[in-house]
Amino acid sequence: MQLDQLYQEIILDHYKHPHGRGLRDADDPAATVAEAHHVNPTCGDEVTIRVATDGEVLHDVSYDGMGCSISQASASVLHELLAGRKAGEAAVVHEAFVELMSGRGQVTPDEDVLGDGVAFAGVARYPARVKCALLPWMAFKDAAARAGVGVSPTEVKA
Amino acid sequence: MTSIAFPAGMPQYDDVPRFDVAAVRADFPILDREVNGHPLVYLDSANTSHKPRQVLDVLREHYERHNANVSRSVHTLGTEATEAYEGARAKVAAFINAPSVDEVVFTKNSTEAINIVAYAFSNASLRPDADPRFRLGPGDEVVISEMEHHSNIVPWQLLCERTGATLRWFPVTDHGRLDESGLEDLVTERTKIVSLVHMSNILGTVNATARITQRVREVGALLLLDCSQSVPHMPMDVVDYDADFIVFTGHKMCGPTGIGVLWGRAELLAAMPPVLGGGSMIETVAMSGSTFAAPPARFEAGTPPIAEAVGLGAAVDYLSGIGMRAIQWHEKQLTAYALDALATVPGLRVFGPTVPVGRGGTISFALGDIHPHDVGQVLDSLGVQVRVGHHCARPVCTRFGVPATTRASFYLYTTTEEIDALVAGLEQVRKVFD
Repeated sequence: MQLDQLYQEIILDHYKHPHGRGLRDADDPAATVAEAHHVNPTCGDEVTIRVATDGEVLHDVSYDGMGCSISQASASVLHELLAGRKAGEAAVVHEAFVELMSGRGQVTPDEDVLGDGVAFAGVARYPARVKCALLPWMAFKDAAARAGVGVSPTEVKA
Repeated sequence: MTSIAFPAGMPQYDDVPRFDVAAVRADFPILDREVNGHPLVYLDSANTSHKPRQVLDVLREHYERHNANVSRSVHTLGTEATEAYEGARAKVAAFINAPSVDEVVFTKNSTEAINIVAYAFSNASLRPDADPRFRLGPGDEVVISEMEHHSNIVPWQLLCERTGATLRWFPVTDHGRLDESGLEDLVTERTKIVSLVHMSNILGTVNATARITQRVREVGALLLLDCSQSVPHMPMDVVDYDADFIVFTGHKMCGPTGIGVLWGRAELLAAMPPVLGGGSMIETVAMSGSTFAAPPARFEAGTPPIAEAVGLGAAVDYLSGIGMRAIQWHEKQLTAYALDALATVPGLRVFGPTVPVGRGGTISFALGDIHPHDVGQVLDSLGVQVRVGHHCARPVCTRFGVPATTRASFYLYTTTEEIDALVAGLEQVRKVFD
């Protein structure tokens, strides 16, 4: 096994220095705010994703959680990619990330769409860890739906 | 010069039975393989053990030579299969010193064995004429502990929900021992059953059961011991332990998956209503109703896992041939060695007893703030196989304030070199994440 493939510098960097961590209140009191808490029952990893939106733009995607480097780095990358984006753009990114993680290492990621998310390409080769990477993204999908912005019809059973 | 005279009869180190670990390892074909370019270092035997060639050969021979259904055929193969299946029951009974072969019920695993007892309570609670020892209702209590595997928690939670009984818990001390200080208040005349783990699958703690047994007898309750982690690793004598039920599973003791054991006192099994209905468990079936076979058949509905039972019999033969005392001592030495070795790793915290007394060869730990998944992944890249997660014992993780732990567990084929590989691997983990 190529450990470096799994633990790319980008992933370790997001893990050690997470971006935008912490659940935040919306700046705009009129914004719709919703959150979702997901757990991985096999390992106890947890993440809460909170979405603040006016229905068009995701003004903030904040999060908190505890777990392994993969799940927590994934939440940091999710925040970086989706906070401030239009809902339609977020749906495209979300779908691309889910496709990458479901691809068993056969999908070549588009850096223009996924940014630091491309670092997770190696994780897709490890079925036991795909769930870790997807945990924040599935929580985000639920939170977004609760906030009234559907992002992706894709249901992943990892 | 002084000489020390040991009192006669005091056991000395040399009296402890030993075995040749290298010779034992040669019996396990899987131990020869490599993982990720490194020799396999298997430290996950508490999860499942490996199987020696002696067990694999018996499984193959059973299917190649004696395959037939049991307890229902007059033909030769059926007779041979039945003899093999019942022979395995006799071997298991002898292994745990059961007073009667009929006290050994074959199940799928420990989980099913515990569920059979829990559902017998449930079914008895619906029948006014059932044995009162198995009847539960509001005001009655079931006692378990904070260090149980989920398999010895959830069946009792469900039972209490169905019957209105109350579930109560022995706490765990900071050192990972069972806290018996509240025994008198916890186990009372209201208690119908105490179901307790003998050896914790996460902390490694081996519970001393004598005081609890005594209290259980005083109040007229029943005692079930979950021996999933103890029967594979130490001698078990159900008479000596004075339990009412014990459960254990084959795959953790060199046997196949899909076969477990419920041992119960004959008189109690006879008082228990059936749980699963179907073939083999009946006495007579009429459209107006059915009557049921005596134990153990009453609790073995349908075609049982025949080859798996035969394989478990072979595993019992294998373990008995080496000697459970010798295996226990080997693991005690490994545990002492591992606890010392792990103490040299900076930032490592052991959950559970840190001395090799009253504990088995299963050690859970945290390495700084590094998540166990990451620890396990780096160790795997070095061929070292450990379990990570909550080990189906979430209340223990909650008790110690961690979401998960890393766990190394040993067996008769484990060597000190493998523990060295673990410690070296942990250094590598720290390099990646620090």
